Amino acid sequence: MKILDELFYTENHEWIRQENGEIVEGITDYAQSELSDIVYIELPEEGVEVHKGEAIGTIEAVKTVSDLYTALSGKIVEVNRELEDHPDLINKDPYDAGWIVRIKISDPEELKDLLDAEEYKGIIEREE
Amino acid sequence: MKKTPFYEKHIEFNGKMVDFAGFKMPIQYSSIINEVKAVRERVGLFDVSHMGEIEISGKDALDFVNWVTTNDVSNLNVWQAQYTTMLYPDGGIVDDFLIYRLPERYLLVVNASNQDKDFEWIMKNEKGDIEIRNRSDNYFQLALQGPLSESLINQILKKDISNLRFYWAKEEEIGGCKVIISRTGYTGEDGFEIYGDAQVGNKIWDLLMETGEDSETHITPCGLGARDILRLEMGYCLYGNDITKETTPLEAGLIWLVKMDKLDFIGKEALAKQQKEGITRKLVGMKFEGRAIPRHGYAIYKDGEEIGLITSGCHSPTLNYPVAMGYVKKPFHKVGTNIEIEIRKKMIDGDVLTLPFWKNGTLKR
Repeated sequence: MKILDELFYTENHEWIRQENGEIVEGITDYAQSELSDIVYIELPEEGVEVHKGEAIGTIEAVKTVSDLYTALSGKIVEVNRELEDHPDLINKDPYDAGWIVRIKISDPEELKDLLDAEEYKGIIEREE
Repeated sequence: MKKTPFYEKHIEFNGKMVDFAGFKMPIQYSSIINEVKAVRERVGLFDVSHMGEIEISGKDALDFVNWVTTNDVSNLNVWQAQYTTMLYPDGGIVDDFLIYRLPERYLLVVNASNQDKDFEWIMKNEKGDIEIRNRSDNYFQLALQGPLSESLINQILKKDISNLRFYWAKEEEIGGCKVIISRTGYTGEDGFEIYGDAQVGNKIWDLLMETGEDSETHITPCGLGARDILRLEMGYCLYGNDITKETTPLEAGLIWLVKMDKLDFIGKEALAKQQKEGITRKLVGMKFEGRAIPRHGYAIYKDGEEIGLITSGCHSPTLNYPVAMGYVKKPFHKVGTNIEIEIRKKMIDGDVLTLPFWKNGTLKR
């Protein structure tokens, strides 16, 4: 299971990459592997304000449907439109081509609540 | 939790194991979608040893089997198979299964989740000079499914099996082990189900996998996830979802499995009454717009009024649109009826259509 050291994580199995006051979010390799065969994703609208922990979309896999949560509060500035036609990019490349949303964060304090790679590794080991 | 004889194979082939009907079973190995594709285009191998096997023998076996099941076994030849249902007196379905007429006995291959219930029901209704045996732990069962399955079986047997007809079986030897090979399946493609002594199962698995990997058939081990989608693309019922003790063969469109003109059988009176009075709902196939998956339990609407519930649904990888089965109130069961379902507070348009969804299957009729 791939966990990248330079990223941050949540207990809901999202990853977060910080980029100049914005963050890019997706779901982890572990999450995509548990869901497997993602066939559809409902993305949020660009421009909406979102709050930490809120469901902002839906990931539909063959076996089950799962909510997508935002890890941080802020404004959605971009969504990955490629996923509309190719939701399986999340399975194939969860940390890069399978990114889901870009958010301009409103409360940098919230970054402190994120997990680092080591802490996230611990969570997966407990789940398995 | 029970294990089939192939548990170690599932682990070896990276099967993702889940609890199903009391067994540890692989839901998938690589990807459900890839496994569906493998069966539609080439050949897939499924462990279905969790299914139950009940044998009925004795002088009165024919009469008894005809009393507890709805189809007519009196016109079965030795080595011929038949799909049938078993009913409660009120017409509700106990189970749906295959019956084989073998030399000196009938073999009932029942759903894993129903095997204890079925055995008890059959024992409870026992009559005449018969012997009933639950042989579920003694058999392995593998399903080899897909357009290239005949070619693979031919390579393994080193002879031509093409004259084995759909819903017929025969005894053969694979790797020195006696097995029953039956031209049946649950996928809509040509294929075989192989039964034998649980102790030699692994030998047969290895032979099928090794021969299939070496040849151009590129055999793919497939899990329960692919099996469910393959059957749903064919509109085949799954007990517990599409048929239950609350549904009758008339409502489920399975009346072709019921021979009303044979001697009395359990559930006949209730079905005759329902036939006379008419049914109020019917199991139908539906397709939907978009890509959201219609799942078990979602409500079906017509002009804002709830008219039924989805019993099974998936995004069909073969057809590339969402399909489902479900019961709808008459007269909305008619092909072409526009309906809606609600998925996450959004209404999605759909149509009732004729089953099967997948019409280009290679199964031999």
